Amino acid sequence: MDPINHYMLNQTRRQFLGQSARGIGSMALASLLGTGRADAGAAAPEQWKGITNPTHGLPKAKRVIYLYMAGGPSHLESFDYKPELARLDGQPMPTSFTQGEQLAQLQGMELKCMGSQFPFAKHGVSGQEISSVFPHTASIADDICIIRSMKTDQINHDPAHTLMNTGTNISGRPSMGSWLLYGLGSECENLPGFVVLTSKGGRNPQPLASRQWHSGFLPSKFQGVPFQSIGDPVHYVSRPPGIDMAQQRDLVDSVQALNALHDEVVHEDEIATRISQYEMAFRMQTSVPDLVDISNEPKHVLESYGTEGADGSFAFNCLLARRLAERGVRFIQLYHRGWDHHNDLKSYMETCCGYVDKATAALVNDLKQRGMLEDTLIVWGGEFGRTPMVQGNKGGPGRDHHVNGFSIWMAGGGIKPGMTYGATDDLGYNAVENVVTVHDFHATMLHQLGIDHKKLTFRFQGRDFRLTDVHGNVVKDILV
Amino acid sequence: MKCRFSKSAILSLLCATFFFPISVVAEDSMPERIEFNRHIRPILSNNCFFCHGPDRNKQQADLRLDRRDNATLDRDGHAAIVPGDAAASSLVQRILTEDLDDRMPPPDSNHTLSDHEKALLQAWIEQGAAYEAHWAYIAPKVVSPAAVDDTDWARTPVDAYLLGDLQVHQLSHGPEADPATLVRRLSFDLIGLPPTPAEVRAYTENASDDAYEQLVDRLLASPHFGERLAIYWLDLVRYADTVGYHGDQVRGVAPYRDYVIAAFNENMPFDQFTREQLAGDLLENPTLDQQIATGYNRLNMVTREGGAQDKDYLIRYAADRTRTTASVWLGSSLGCAQCHDHKFDPFSLEDFYRFSAFFADINEVGVQNDAGNEGPFPPYLRFPNEEQRTQIAALEGDMARINDALHSPTTPEGETTPAPTPDELKKELRKLEQAAFRLDQTIYHTAITETMEPQITRVLPRGNWMDESGEIVSPGVPEFLGGLWMNGARPTRLDLANWITDPRNPLTARTFVNRLWKLYFGTGISKVLDDLGSQGEWPTHPELLDYLAVEFMDSGWDVKHVIKLMVMSSAYRQSSQADATLKNLDPYNRLVARQSRFRLEAELVRDNALSVSGLLSKAMGGPSAKPYQPAGYYQELNFPTREYEQDTGENLYRRGVYTHWQRTFLHPSLLAFDAPTREECTAERPISNSPLQALVLLNDPIFVEAARVFAQRILEEGGSTDEEKITWAYLATLSRAPQEAERAILMSLVTKNRSIFSEHPERAEAFLSVGERPVPEGLDRLQLAAWSAASRALFNTHEMIYRY
Repeated sequence: MDPINHYMLNQTRRQFLGQSARGIGSMALASLLGTGRADAGAAAPEQWKGITNPTHGLPKAKRVIYLYMAGGPSHLESFDYKPELARLDGQPMPTSFTQGEQLAQLQGMELKCMGSQFPFAKHGVSGQEISSVFPHTASIADDICIIRSMKTDQINHDPAHTLMNTGTNISGRPSMGSWLLYGLGSECENLPGFVVLTSKGGRNPQPLASRQWHSGFLPSKFQGVPFQSIGDPVHYVSRPPGIDMAQQRDLVDSVQALNALHDEVVHEDEIATRISQYEMAFRMQTSVPDLVDISNEPKHVLESYGTEGADGSFAFNCLLARRLAERGVRFIQLYHRGWDHHNDLKSYMETCCGYVDKATAALVNDLKQRGMLEDTLIVWGGEFGRTPMVQGNKGGPGRDHHVNGFSIWMAGGGIKPGMTYGATDDLGYNAVENVVTVHDFHATMLHQLGIDHKKLTFRFQGRDFRLTDVHGNVVKDILV
Repeated sequence: MKCRFSKSAILSLLCATFFFPISVVAEDSMPERIEFNRHIRPILSNNCFFCHGPDRNKQQADLRLDRRDNATLDRDGHAAIVPGDAAASSLVQRILTEDLDDRMPPPDSNHTLSDHEKALLQAWIEQGAAYEAHWAYIAPKVVSPAAVDDTDWARTPVDAYLLGDLQVHQLSHGPEADPATLVRRLSFDLIGLPPTPAEVRAYTENASDDAYEQLVDRLLASPHFGERLAIYWLDLVRYADTVGYHGDQVRGVAPYRDYVIAAFNENMPFDQFTREQLAGDLLENPTLDQQIATGYNRLNMVTREGGAQDKDYLIRYAADRTRTTASVWLGSSLGCAQCHDHKFDPFSLEDFYRFSAFFADINEVGVQNDAGNEGPFPPYLRFPNEEQRTQIAALEGDMARINDALHSPTTPEGETTPAPTPDELKKELRKLEQAAFRLDQTIYHTAITETMEPQITRVLPRGNWMDESGEIVSPGVPEFLGGLWMNGARPTRLDLANWITDPRNPLTARTFVNRLWKLYFGTGISKVLDDLGSQGEWPTHPELLDYLAVEFMDSGWDVKHVIKLMVMSSAYRQSSQADATLKNLDPYNRLVARQSRFRLEAELVRDNALSVSGLLSKAMGGPSAKPYQPAGYYQELNFPTREYEQDTGENLYRRGVYTHWQRTFLHPSLLAFDAPTREECTAERPISNSPLQALVLLNDPIFVEAARVFAQRILEEGGSTDEEKITWAYLATLSRAPQEAERAILMSLVTKNRSIFSEHPERAEAFLSVGERPVPEGLDRLQLAAWSAASRALFNTHEMIYRY
């Protein structure tokens, strides 16, 4: 049996049996007749509580904030210190590394080494090596776990994003946020459980596709809901012009009452769900504006993030991410789209870090201060890294796409703080020690949320699909 | 519709059945005769084939449980299966053992067998362990339906097959739905639009014996029939207006969409429909339509991302076509064999690449980035209009003159001004070329297939495009499906199409009729619509499925004939009302003792509201339409960056099937109602019920405008009293009269809104400004705003977007 159908069937049975005296219909009617508003004691929405309920293991994290650096930030200018590469700066890249390798824009070009454009230093008690262009991240060195041995197998942005988000480069599979909602449900009754925020700044941004937060073959209620920086934060959340909140409430009450009467005739289980979804929709019309209204945030908080208000910046989105986390949203993904540094790497790194670095550290500190870091898993990283070889087709030197070794970091949610894990070779080309694949990363993330990645499956086209396909090992060494 | 039980009666029934669960669908009783395909294959496939199945690289201990010869092989005095002796079979010992080291399936596989499954396996071995070829891989045969008691009800063979099964389960069929429900159901199912009140009345009042058939025939003959069925086909072939990867630029293939609509409307035989799409260009003197049809081969996602390697992407495209074609026509997951032998079905790695070699003659570029971000994705067929023809001729004339001047740089006699220099001429020529390019972009065009010398196809180990060690293969089909029935040298796409539609092919007809059944009954006869293989589902009514498949082929692949067979049946005409007992016995309606209910598809949710309001444009075909869309929705697109260029006028009100399909950012209202992005083949859309859907119906300007325009109809056509108006509105939207309580709800809503708007006329004006369609002169604007609340309420009801 289809697991979702099975679940819904049981829910419906339970609901039927639990509703002894008052049917949903009478409740909505009562609200219409003024004996109580439907939004007060409304039909407890039949909320999805997750297919993995209870969880397979003890969850360390309740939610994820994923700071996604789209374009592929350079590991060699951020977290992977390579003195040997600096020594070979300007010299030919040893062919032992590149022979027979797939390259992107450097395919068929002369290959030369380029050392890091920024100096590195050790930071914090843990002494983590971080480059000078990330001063704020360096200040939280003792809170984060740097993984220097990431590997992917997709060298172009679009398929690489798709792999990083859905576990395969083939389109049509659910994104990790959708898997999480399917697995765990949401703890939030008036906001979507999976929210996507985007910002840009840096080099000409790479496009993004809604595939990256799509629910694939899972029902669309599990898809990520992008919050827009232009117009309505959520599509169609605003009432039509001329209609005030009371009128809209009246309308929704009438719809609910009509649906309830119809249910008396046709006995259709979906109607109860429809009624609860209208309640949720109505609540969103208040909760979304409340969410983005930051007028009551103290000045020092705004300053720490580096935002003055709703400007669509990464800094503002980091603040929103905290507000979403506070409200129980399960998966919050922030894209910053400026990291594709084929040229002018140095100045673009400075630009991107200018947008991202301070707010990132502020978010970690803010969560920590509120006691939320321990059950919030934070991830910072892109879809791949950049070549140790220089690319210089226009402007100052840059680096090409690189799949064989790159860095990300994780924090909170039961991940060991102040740790560096794995290593690339002396030139930062291949991950050689404690390699972490995209599937391993996914398996680890699910594990922290209490999910065994091998058991979270959905049958489609006759096969039990997983986020990790047939791969993935939990990286136990980085767990508290 | 009459309510058969009160809610409390249902409750007590539910409780009763809760304590004494009898389920006809959960097969937990031990059948007298165990059948391999029905009972055993699903257990083995789900739990054992992964390590003991067709995949050569995964086979453990050289044991294959998918083949009897291997499973019964004597291995040092033991055999996995000893026919007739379960106790001696090591398979049985291994599934029963308490020793976790020996237990099969191994505990770490995450598979476990239920006691019932273990018992079935033992009983099957005791009975001799007979194997059967997988049902879907044997050609369908007609087996007469069992004799049935209720011959009056069994109007069609479809009914006879279903009734036989109902009798076995001691169930009876349901009553016929009321006439209005029947008209609504047929209209939504066949043309995707609601009936008008006049149409409902005409049917209700038609006393002739064949009134129902007349209705079916009228709908099948409607031009909207093709539009409705095309929605489904376009999901399968992943039709879209944009390329899908990276910059997601527009490619232009709308004429293919129109070809599909026309083919269904003209009832083109399905075998011809197949040949034209896969190989129209290889037919003798292909017609324009046959060339347009080959757009099918060009519907895959393509890229022009900088740094993408041509060869890498050519191989992705080939793989995409292979898995899509197998899904669309064969209901097969051949795509699984791209990197390894299939784990559950006998498709080998080589099969995948042989199949993909059929498409190796398609002329295409891996990464088309030579003409900039907005360059074309040729080859195309172009359809310039008259004005564009004139412009082309003028540009060509100018370019010819400059070329001449470049080659003979003399000042013509009598000219006093000096001749332009070659540099000036070249500059001028470049300008003209750019103008020609820009003009070319505006010409209506469609991507088509052009054949060329076939590229070499190699087996790619693990699907790795950089590995050139694999053997070179020629086009071919999986051996176990009967090989190719063709003559000639290198098999072509046309041979493939002919093989797909050869009556000996066991999969094609079954796949298609099973999907049609889903459209009209809610669930496939075999539920997994995209996999009839080992991991698919044993059909609930295999004889019915085979009967329909054979009838489809014997009728000359007559699509409308098969659809008519289905919708004329008594089974189709049943009420969708189920009492609690039946719901509990057969929650998913697999026995069809009632009709199914489901939400309308995304496009039809839109079409329905537009149709009821009178806004719907009946225009067919042409470039895709761009309805209202939230501002900034394309802000994450780049290469090039773009603004959505919303249409105006009639194009705002086109049917959903014509909406511009931007793969990476599909229109948010379509997405909310589960429309697929069409990056991959979709045989079944999920149906969800979400708050975003409520927001769309409440606030999307097209639904607000439709409600306002419908309110205008209420005022103009709905009669004089409020009471009459509400009755009229119910008939127009839901094809029925309101109950008194419903009428009271709408009356109170209208009254409240009337008083609010009369106090705040500026708010009424603001509301009336939504949407382009003007409010007619002389209409009472206050009344219009107030009544819009009633129509918005109706448009938001569950009943409005549901098919019963």
